[in-house]
Formats: sequence, structure tokens, C-alpha cells
Amino acid sequence: MSGTTQTSWRSQGELNIRESVRSFLTAAWLGWQIESNWTDPFLFAVYSVIKPIAGAAILVVMYGIITQGAFDSPLFAYIYLGNAFYIYVGSVMTGVSWAVIDDREHYKTLKYIYVAPIHVPFYLVGRGVARFLTGTISVLVTITAGVLFLNLQLDLAAVNWPMFFAALTLGIVMLASMGLVLAGVTMMIAHHVWFIGDAVAGALYLFSGAIFPLEVLPNWLRPVGFAMPLTYWLELLRRAMVGQVAASFPTLSQLTDGQLFVILIGLTVVFGFLSIIVFRWCEHQARERGLIDVVTNY
Amino acid sequence: MERATNFAKPYSTRLFFQTVIARAYPRVIGAQREKSWMFFEIFLPLLAVSAYVFVYRAIGAPETYVGFVVMGGAMTAFWMNILWSMSSQLFWEKEQGNLALYIIAPNSMMAILLGMALGGMLATTLRAFVIVFVGGLLFEVQFTVASFSALFGTFILTMVALYGMGMMFSSLFLLLNREAWHLASLAQEPIYLFSGFYFPLKSLGFWLAAGASIIPLAVGMDAMRQLVFPSGPSLGFLSVPIELGILVILSVVFLVGARYLLAHMERLAIREGRLTDSRR
Repeated sequence: MSGTTQTSWRSQGELNIRESVRSFLTAAWLGWQIESNWTDPFLFAVYSVIKPIAGAAILVVMYGIITQGAFDSPLFAYIYLGNAFYIYVGSVMTGVSWAVIDDREHYKTLKYIYVAPIHVPFYLVGRGVARFLTGTISVLVTITAGVLFLNLQLDLAAVNWPMFFAALTLGIVMLASMGLVLAGVTMMIAHHVWFIGDAVAGALYLFSGAIFPLEVLPNWLRPVGFAMPLTYWLELLRRAMVGQVAASFPTLSQLTDGQLFVILIGLTVVFGFLSIIVFRWCEHQARERGLIDVVTNY
Repeated sequence: MERATNFAKPYSTRLFFQTVIARAYPRVIGAQREKSWMFFEIFLPLLAVSAYVFVYRAIGAPETYVGFVVMGGAMTAFWMNILWSMSSQLFWEKEQGNLALYIIAPNSMMAILLGMALGGMLATTLRAFVIVFVGGLLFEVQFTVASFSALFGTFILTMVALYGMGMMFSSLFLLLNREAWHLASLAQEPIYLFSGFYFPLKSLGFWLAAGASIIPLAVGMDAMRQLVFPSGPSLGFLSVPIELGILVILSVVFLVGARYLLAHMERLAIREGRLTDSRR
């Protein structure tokens, strides 16, 4: 009897994993189709890079007019790379959370997704994959433009690639978790905020040390920055790409790479659990209030 | 007979204004019922503005630039409103099935657009004001307004031109399908860049700034900055009277353009069967 129960649990577990993987892959494919097939590939490519390039250019102009174009300074590399990798934050978080509005109010399919044998959190994370891919193109183009036109000091031979990819992977998992939290919140609010992911990403800019060292923040705000996994993620990426620049700033200089990884892993796990709890709670509230198929319009 | 006369004049002035108020109502009242906008449209943008303020502080910029950022950050609310709640609104209404109802009702589409604009403007002005007020307090921005009437006039003129532009875009967006989302999304950061939301417009150089002057927020914000910051005139692109002249021209062009484009696009959309079309 006990053996039968164990076998049953195991097969149930395998079924759940299969269902989760299938939900994720199908959603990733669907998301890519939705994101990309509205136009021809050339226009899509142009569209994908103009927005982030313009975002980076705002900072370049701000920096250029104040420093009289001192683009050789380590501070510029610090700002530019932080801003380039921060593109992932908006992309992934928006990709995951926007799927709720898109499916609920535009395509009106969220209710069907809920009655289908789909693992909804994995489905939503899968929908974020397309934005992650376009975000990757944007990051590459932004960094290339920095090297070619703005004298960004980046030596590809000196980049610590294993550290870079390890940090990048951890960061994407962490961002997907944050996106899931946002997806839960999105489920409970009207769509008067179009891109909630962008809004939250814009706000977190302040605390992540992406575009200025945390020392610039007032003392009472710094702990928020130190509690954010984004801070450690960006620091690891900077150290992997331009170690000497990252070392010029005292914010996290007392921590070794290993310590940074441990903190990032710890915070990613915490955010992962938090995202499951928050999403489940929001989902329950949305069911209770009849918000799964609501259409809001002002 | 009287009934027939009324039927022949469906767009009476009374009905026009009733339509304006009816469309503005959900914008103002509906949004207040959904309190989450305070967090997402005031608190979060304020944090984003703060990030740009700290960038300037990190690179040792003069305090005037902090004021520029606070004002620019507040004005982003208007641009977002134009993109998402004006330009793409008719597209969204089409997707929701409301557009056909608007067309068959005996009212003017211009009145509906005007109602959307007024409602959006009122709600957004409140948001922008809070961002300027709180941002000003937090970062101790020194506003030195020489003439409140000139500032108010410039603001109103900027809004007329801006929302005229939004009304014109909304009719253009009628012909779009899914690309509407992407185009609206695409028009954020590039416009922030070319309108000088976070730096003086003249930093772009004369020709780029001149080209950007077709965007009402670019010249409007430049004029307002000259009117509220002591060192504003030295960082201004053109003198305030010239910028006001540009805004007047833009207002007329966009409003007249909106009137004609709306009629044209409506006809085209009817002929091509796009009013109830939803290509998903």
C-alpha cells in the first residue's frame, strides 16, 4: 500500500514537472509569436533596439553635458554598463506581468488558461522569455554602441565569462521571480497602468546602484539598496566585464566575488519563495473578487 | 417635422458638450475609484525621477539640473497619457467593441476625443502636480516664478498643442492593429530623449532641438523651465515668445489636422471594414 502511494506521488510529481515544462515552453513560443510576428523581421529588429538605445542616450547626454564629455572616466563605464544590463529588469518583469493584462483584457483568454491543464506561474514566466530575448539584443547593441562610439573601456579577452554567465543566469531567475510578484499584483488591479513592469523597473533604478553608486543615496535609503538582489547582480556583472572599474567604487568593494554570489543566491531563493506566496495569494484574491476575466477601461 | 429637423442636425452644441463630459467622466471619476494609480502613477514615477536626480548629483551637476529633472519627470505623465490613453485609445476601444458603438451613436467623434483629452488632462495634471510638489520638497528645488500668468498660459498652450497631437494620433492609430502597442511603446524613450525631459533641450544642438520642436512638450517644457528657474533663460533653446509662437502654430495644426484626419480615417476604416476588425 505504502509502495503504491509512493509510486503515485512520484508519478504525480513527474506529471507536475512535465506540465510545468510544457506550460513554460508553449508560453515561450506563444510569447515570441505575439512579440515578433506583428511586422517584418527588419522592422522588429529596429524596434527592438531603438528604445533601449534612446534610454542609454539620455544618460549619455546627461553625463556628457555635465562632465564635458569625460567618457574615459570609470564612472561613465559604471553608469553605462549598469544601465545596459538594467534593460533586462524592465524586459523580464514587463514580459511576465504584461501577459496578465494581455491575456485577460486584450485576448480575453486568461479564463481559458485557468481552466486548461496549464501551470499558470510557469506559463507567465514563459511569456516573459520573448522579452528576455529582445532585451538581450538590446543589451548587446547598447554595449556595442558604447564601445564603438563612446570609448567604453571593454576588453572582451579580459572578461571573466564563466562568472558573467553564472551571474546573468542567476539574475534572470531572480527577475522572473520579481516579475511573478508583479503579475500577481497586476491580476488585482485595473489596466490603467499600461506597463507596470516598466514603472516598477524605473522605480527600482533608484535603489539598485545601476546608474550611480549607492553612496550617493541618503543614509536612510541605502539599506533598501543593500536589500535588493539587483544591487549584487549588477555588481557581479560589472566585475565580470570590467573588474578594474567596479573596484573603483567603494559600495561593495569589501565583498569578494564569492560572497557576492552567496548573497545573490540567498536573495534569489528568498524572492523565489516570496514570489510563489505572493502570486498564490493574489491569484486567490482575484478568484474571490471575480477579477480573472475582468475588463477595465477608462 | 421638428423631429426630422433635429435628426438632420445630430451634432448640436448641447449634445457635443454632453458627449465631451460623458467621455471625460470615466477618466476622472473612474480613475479615482481605482486607488492603485496613486502608487503606480505617482509614487513609482517619483522614484524614477529621483534616480535621475541622483545621477546628476553623482556627477556633480548644478542644482538647476535637479529642477529640470523634477519638472521633466512630472511631464512624462502627460506623454504617457497621450500615448496610452489618447493615441492608442481608439484602437483599444475597437478591440473592446466600443468603437462601433461610438460611430453609430448620434454624436461627434471629435467630442469623444475632446472628452478623452480633457478627462486625461485633468487626471494627469493632478499626478504631475504632485510629482513636482513632492519632488520639489524632497530635493529642495528653487522655483522662482516671475509671472504666474505667463507660466499658466504657457502650460495651457502646451496642453492644447499636446492633446491636439494626441487627438490626431488617435485617428491614425485607428488604422493600426497589434503594431499600435509596439509603436506606442516605442515612442517613449526616444521622445524623452529628443524632448529634453531630463536635460536642457539646447544640449541636443540647434538642428536636433529645432527638429524636436515639433513635439509640443519639447518647446513647452523649455519655455516653462525658462519661466520657473533663475538660470532657466541661459539654458533655454529659444526665447519664450518664440516658443509660445511655435506652440500656437502647433496647436492650430494639430487640432485642424485631428479634425480632418479623424473624418478621413473614419471613412477609410469604414470602407476597409476595420471598425470592428480585430486582428489578433
